[in-house]
Amino acid sequence: MKERDDAAGSQRVNGAPMPKIIFIEHDGTRHTVEAEIGTTVMETALRNDIGGIVAECGGSCTCATCLVHVDETWSPIVGPPSPEEEDMLDSAFEVKPTSRLSCQIKVTAALDGLIVHTPAYQGR
Amino acid sequence: MNETIKTDVVIIGAGPVGLFAVFELGLLDIKAHLVDILDKVGGQCAELYPEKPIYDIPGIPYITGQGLTQALMEQIKPFKPTFHLGEMVTTVEKTGEAAFRVGTDTGKIFECKAVVIAAGGGSFQPKRPPIDGIEAYEEKSVFYAVRKMEHFRDKRLLVVGGGDSALDWTLNLQPIARRLTLVHRRNEFRGAPDSVNKMRALVAAGGMDLKIGQVTALEGSNGMLAAATVKGNDGSLSRVECDAMLPFFGLTMRLGPVAQWGVKMENELIPVDTAAFESNIPGLFAIGDINTYPGKLKLILSGFHEAALMAQKAYRYVYPDKKLVFQYTTSSTSLQKKLGVA
Ligand SMILES: Cc1cc2nc3c(=O)[nH]c(=O)nc-3n(C[C@H](O)[C@H](O)[C@H](O)COP(=O)(O)OP(=O)(O)OC[C@H]3O[C@@H](n4cnc5c(N)ncnc54)[C@H](O)[C@@H]3O)c2cc1C
Ligand code: FES
Repeated sequence: MKERDDAAGSQRVNGAPMPKIIFIEHDGTRHTVEAEIGTTVMETALRNDIGGIVAECGGSCTCATCLVHVDETWSPIVGPPSPEEEDMLDSAFEVKPTSRLSCQIKVTAALDGLIVHTPAYQGR
Repeated sequence: MNETIKTDVVIIGAGPVGLFAVFELGLLDIKAHLVDILDKVGGQCAELYPEKPIYDIPGIPYITGQGLTQALMEQIKPFKPTFHLGEMVTTVEKTGEAAFRVGTDTGKIFECKAVVIAAGGGSFQPKRPPIDGIEAYEEKSVFYAVRKMEHFRDKRLLVVGGGDSALDWTLNLQPIARRLTLVHRRNEFRGAPDSVNKMRALVAAGGMDLKIGQVTALEGSNGMLAAATVKGNDGSLSRVECDAMLPFFGLTMRLGPVAQWGVKMENELIPVDTAAFESNIPGLFAIGDINTYPGKLKLILSGFHEAALMAQKAYRYVYPDKKLVFQYTTSSTSLQKKLGVA
């Protein structure tokens, strides 16, 4: 039998384990999910039905409804937003120094274990 | 006095699908008026991704959202549609056999024979800041748009945001306000540099205040604001007394009034048949992202197909006594005349 793409657990891509991302919703609900390298944190959230991500513009950095607050410990590793993203953050609410638009965070091996918090409200 | 406009069809929503509906209806001699709450045409393509590429329009390997909008405008030009932009359709009533009355938020009334809902993901509406109790102030002392500047004369105003809307209204209202405070989460502004400079000059001259931070709470009673709390980036709280607040955080799509028109809905979408894309109300069609049917794909090309089939059925309401003959634009002189090429 062929190995299924969506098989949970020990799936490997190029021999490396898939990075895990931990989403914590505003009410504390915690989801640990696997993320495909090269996709975005926003796509990972939608694929796994994480609450609090709307992503109205489908990842084109024009809606600011995919806001996440990166966990303090992870913020330096994830890095700051680009100027274009920083401008778009003006259309988000309750923006913190660690806030990012999740469609602008690309999943890399270095982000294995990343913790992000999703807000209660994205403007709708 | 309400203006009453008589036409064949009213198209609600001037997104790509609403625009193409003009073409398909036009080929059948059906006149259309389009209403959109945005001040421009193109729907999601123009508002959400004007510069991004679309790769799956049949026959067009690559086009941007804005490019597609412009191409559609060019294509429908021969049919001279009338646009009512910056207006929201608030009411749709069936008044008889092939008779509808459509009303907008500016008081315009249309009388038409069929209605096409091409409302996409809903109407673009201003984002509402997540401040406790803000609903109570909306349209009384919290406004997401300026309809009449006079309304703000001699008031203490709080304008919130860092883009062109916030800056433009700051500059326009500053001369008539008693005092204007602009609140923005950072000291950089993405708005036009010229507006930013003018705003900074006013601040330097003492003509207005600029506060860096985010509004976290409102005080007031009976819908009338008294003050707002602004949280600075260092966590410090300050209180700004004000009579009105104007938050500008961009737009988001909300279903809006569609749900109140008595048309059957499922999960905020309008179920239609796939022969004519008609709702449960005869003569009321739904095409594009707003409809649902087995196998529906929210793609522009699907919306175009839906528009073509819708027009065939709409013809029967507009011209009940005429028989429709199928024709190609390639070979029909009568279609080419309509397109202005024969
Ligand atoms: C980032 C992004 C990329 C996309 N890429 C593609 C792609 O590559 N290919 C593709 O096929 N599709 C793509 N899509 C989807 C495509 O844009 C939609 O399918 C398409 O815009 C739907 O067109 P529409 O005319 O049905 O609705 P919309 O474009 O949503 O337009 C509806 C219009 O109706 C107006 N409206 C709603 N209610 C009212 C009311 N009561 N009164 C007045 N006006 C009202 C709205 O203001 C809006 O302007 C993409 C979408 C996004 C967000
Ligand atoms: S999905 Fe729209 S900005 Fe991220």
